[in-house]
Amino acid sequence: MANLSVEIAGVTLKNPVMPASGTFGSGMEYSEYVDLNRLGAVVTKGVANVPWPGNPTPRIAETHSGMMNAIGLQNPGLDTFIKRDIPFLKKYDTKIIVNVCGKSEEDYVDAVEKLADQPVDLLEINISCPNVKEGGIAFGQVPASAEHITKAIKKVAKQPVIMKLSPNVTSIAEMAKAVEAGGADAISLINTLTGMKIDVNRRTFAVANKTAGVSGPAIKPIAVRMVYEAAHAVNLPIIGMGGIACAEDALEFIMAGATAVSVGTSNFHNPMTMIEVIDGIEAYMNRNGVKDIHELIGCVE
Amino acid sequence: MYLAAKVHLSDRMRKERIMAYREHAKIVKANCLATGVYEIWFETEQIAKEAKPGQFISVYSNDTARLLPRPISICRIEGNQVRIVYRVVGKGTDEFSKMQVGEYLNIQGPLGNGYEIDKILSKVQPNAEGKKKAILFGGGIGVPPMLELAKQLPCDCEVVLGYRNDELFLKNEFDEVAHVTVATEDGSVGTKGNVLDAVRACNITGDVIFACGPMPMLRAIKAYAAEQGVDAYISLEEKMACGVGACLACVCKTKEKDEHSQVHNTRICKEGPVFDAKEVEI
Repeated sequence: MANLSVEIAGVTLKNPVMPASGTFGSGMEYSEYVDLNRLGAVVTKGVANVPWPGNPTPRIAETHSGMMNAIGLQNPGLDTFIKRDIPFLKKYDTKIIVNVCGKSEEDYVDAVEKLADQPVDLLEINISCPNVKEGGIAFGQVPASAEHITKAIKKVAKQPVIMKLSPNVTSIAEMAKAVEAGGADAISLINTLTGMKIDVNRRTFAVANKTAGVSGPAIKPIAVRMVYEAAHAVNLPIIGMGGIACAEDALEFIMAGATAVSVGTSNFHNPMTMIEVIDGIEAYMNRNGVKDIHELIGCVE
Repeated sequence: MYLAAKVHLSDRMRKERIMAYREHAKIVKANCLATGVYEIWFETEQIAKEAKPGQFISVYSNDTARLLPRPISICRIEGNQVRIVYRVVGKGTDEFSKMQVGEYLNIQGPLGNGYEIDKILSKVQPNAEGKKKAILFGGGIGVPPMLELAKQLPCDCEVVLGYRNDELFLKNEFDEVAHVTVATEDGSVGTKGNVLDAVRACNITGDVIFACGPMPMLRAIKAYAAEQGVDAYISLEEKMACGVGACLACVCKTKEKDEHSQVHNTRICKEGPVFDAKEVEI
């Protein structure tokens, strides 16, 4: 049988497939459709030290083979999250990755400290949300700031830290190097690409925030390229994402250098996407005589 | 073909949850009811069995360039069939309107809370005649969900429907189950104006209100209900991505802090789409 298990910063995942933060809640809502036990990990929607109300509506719009969102990181705050969502996820045989957001260094540090004695496997730090003013993106677009915030978080984090990178930068390689220098244990990319859609009938912006993050199959080639560039810049495991809708898409990211992959927008189109991706990767490996998924990771030089 | 992939939930979880399913559903009837307004009847394995008035289904395009579901309210539930009546407003609904009997669409549901009829009626004080009377308001494409409600409500009900003009889609079906009053924007049928103009012109009164329609109408009904001292249950809509409560795209502001979100925002797809008008800021 093909071996699909991979390791991210010392944490073994039974397979490399997980949801992208923000597209799957904390798994609860989708557990009616998807057997969470089958997933390599569940990545939760971003949570901050205190509740955030998010942006005005409309918060989303459809684009060709994709969508855009500016939810604005609405979240119930860590106290509720710790009481409600972590115990829910603990009932399943899957790893828990908590996505953490903040508006300042203090916010991030406070949140990471609150999570220190929680039974979560990995932290994913969102320094790349394009939809929150004075939000995480301030840390995600300047290499020195990214390195600084990574160091501050690493100082207090008890779990391994994944830094989630923004594609809205001049050089993804420089950003990857910066968080590696800051002590990151892994990186995930890409977050959404900043975009804009205008509703010509209403003569206004389709999304109330004016700009919004574009995701979905339309942006996949950009994401694959960035994962490839990051993989060649740093010696960190990479969780690759951006428009994955099927096993072949996931395999592109893996061959470009990703150790694991996330499915985002496609969960909205078909909640079974992740299961189909897992089964599809296994079928590909069996078809091609690949015994271990590590034979495929970064195989395209 | 039944494609719902479900985890085995314990009996306790089943009781607590509204069960929802994803199905590749066959179209068994498809018609144009008025200019730009269409109906589709789907044959379902589970969705019709579980559905109640006021809930909705997510309808997915067969074109993968359009990834997001179109949330459409349930108009009728009959045996194993679910009927939707919708207006063509873009490419997705245009695609649905061209589908033929025997073709398939992916649908997911039933979604949302729907009208909790027993719970709502138990809170209503009987009137002088010892009865409870409901007024059902439907405006434009908010008319369809009122039909199944009118059929299932076990109390007296008055239906007030608002249309643009004399294309009174579904009105004949309401006539079979309730007394119907019509308002039209152009005055071609019934009272000229909106549904509240019709209520005032015809002296219609009730002990509880159910309403679905455009936001200005719902705002006016919220104010009217407060003035009359009766509860109003209104159906809201918003752009949705997941339809199941995960993405937080379709929120509405609330008067009190929402238990799930811990902020003054509630999920229309999950806690709604039906809300007590007093609890939402619209």
